[in-house]
Amino acid sequence: MLRLGLSRLIETLGSPLQPGRAADSGGVHLIGVSQLLRQERSVVGFLRRERVQEALQAYLFLLPTLVGLALFTAGAVIASFVLSFTNYNVFNPPHWAGLYNYRTIINAPLTKQVIGNTLYYSAVMVPASTVLALLVALAMNQPVPFRTLLRSMFFMPVISSTVAVALIWSWLYNPEFGLLNVALRAVGIKGLEWLQNTKTAMPSIMIMSLWKGLGYNMVIFLAGLQAVPEQLYEAAEIDGAGRWARLRHVTLPMISPTVFLVLILSTIASFQVFEQTYILTNGGPGYATLTIALYIYQTAFVYFNMGYASALAYILFAGVLIVTLVQFRLQNRWVFYG
Amino acid sequence: MNHLAKARFPRPVRRFTGNSVPQAVLVALLGLALMAAALSMVVPFLWMISTSLKQRGMVFVLPPQWIPNPPQWDNYAQVTRRFPFVANTVNSMKVAILGSFGQIVSCSLAAYAFARMRFPGSKVIFMILLATMMIPGQVTAIPVFLIWNKLGGVNTHWPLILPSWLGGAFGTFLLRQTYLGIPQEYSDAAKIDGAGHWRILTHIYLPMSKPALATLAVFVFLGLWNDFLTPVIYLSSPAKMTLQVGLSYFRGQFNTEWNLLMAGTVIAVLPVLVLYMVVQRYFVQGIALAGLKG
Repeated sequence: MLRLGLSRLIETLGSPLQPGRAADSGGVHLIGVSQLLRQERSVVGFLRRERVQEALQAYLFLLPTLVGLALFTAGAVIASFVLSFTNYNVFNPPHWAGLYNYRTIINAPLTKQVIGNTLYYSAVMVPASTVLALLVALAMNQPVPFRTLLRSMFFMPVISSTVAVALIWSWLYNPEFGLLNVALRAVGIKGLEWLQNTKTAMPSIMIMSLWKGLGYNMVIFLAGLQAVPEQLYEAAEIDGAGRWARLRHVTLPMISPTVFLVLILSTIASFQVFEQTYILTNGGPGYATLTIALYIYQTAFVYFNMGYASALAYILFAGVLIVTLVQFRLQNRWVFYG
Repeated sequence: MNHLAKARFPRPVRRFTGNSVPQAVLVALLGLALMAAALSMVVPFLWMISTSLKQRGMVFVLPPQWIPNPPQWDNYAQVTRRFPFVANTVNSMKVAILGSFGQIVSCSLAAYAFARMRFPGSKVIFMILLATMMIPGQVTAIPVFLIWNKLGGVNTHWPLILPSWLGGAFGTFLLRQTYLGIPQEYSDAAKIDGAGHWRILTHIYLPMSKPALATLAVFVFLGLWNDFLTPVIYLSSPAKMTLQVGLSYFRGQFNTEWNLLMAGTVIAVLPVLVLYMVVQRYFVQGIALAGLKG
């Protein structure tokens, strides 16, 4: 299911995966390796064949990537899985613990809090950031003056590091002297506690993240909007469609693949939110902003409980996969591939 | 094809007439709204600069002053004296530059192999590579840390630089798209002249894909410069820290000296903003490419 969806997505993103046929100029050679082996009488002869030479050279070109995949990616994923069944604190050798970690995770109340926090963040951030960015992109797509300057301004938070942005917002959110409360008091509203109140802490982080990420999604949407063919709008106008109708029946369907992509990327990123919570609140006040990525970091690199942290990481992984699968499944209902 | 031209707004924008709200009014309203939104993006940075130039006492004054009088440029000197920010900046530079270079090398090799070479398993390996984009960093971070721990790489810059030399999904995808767009006639002509894949890659494909390479370099540089999770896991001595980690560490030590904290933040953010002004197009282009076909 995932592979089908992934292929579909790749097709919309670019050329279909047919490297064999695309690369061949003189015709299609589809002789398999086994046939080559049968044709040659010796291993050396086999190795001298051009196709084999090319394949060997390709593997050489791919060597860094393959090593990276084996060691740091696929290998690490498998190792993490094994680790999740152990009890390992780095200083002593690991020993087998079976399902102990997973059972503890399921029963611990902190787990519910952490998963709840992460889902809360995600459920608000993903739609809000997508809609906001889309609105801004739609506005930017009109003949508004100074668009390049405006785009630069929207981009400043994007390229700044999350650490720097978090520090600036820590200061903005200061209850006594921060700019936000000062502005609120100026219009007669009593200042909020922002990061220091368990109820407002997470929304405060969300606001900061929205501010930071807007420009990024806006640019993706702008690119998608500008790829919509003019003729469609003209045809719609001839048929008597007003601005709102054109938006609903031409713009939105034509950019739905872009929206889908942004949703997927935003969801995966939102599940891994880390820097904001680390810098702004470090999970507080009272676990209100402890997201799963921060929890994993603390478990592994502050408390050195590697087995437990690996189990948590796998639960995160499973969550990401499930949600992505669901999104791919749902795409048939609303994504329009023209 | 001039990729850079597309980064501006060259497309004629639709001018529709006969709607209930005149086009001019709509554009004016949108312009104002966008200006307000864009200003809200910039104001926090201005406030950061303002705070960074204040004396300690002036920071906690109401109503807040926007332009400190006199501006305390000494704050910046103080900040570098109390914390090795200069060393941190050098570290960030080192990691970002070496890492970007490594990504370009490893990704262009892989992209060329996927785009122009035939070998068994090419489709499968490519799919696996793309699929890795979905793996949360936390899953691989722990075993990778254990490997580096065994190799003695903790508290060095190796764990930050080496992974970039071992390929990457985004970079390979981007360059593969670019290479597929280069007409085969060039490599065919070169093959007739006796060139092998290496020569074709280095003498034809790389020179012809300079805009994409620049975009990738800028992207990777930015990602490495701003990276926090990996450096904070591995680096524990202030002199070895990268700028972002140093800044967060500094915050832990001087948590109410906002003027100094903001000065440190300016140091962390200003190089990137300046770089951005210079190479804007590559940023925007890269993201647009990520969102579209490329």
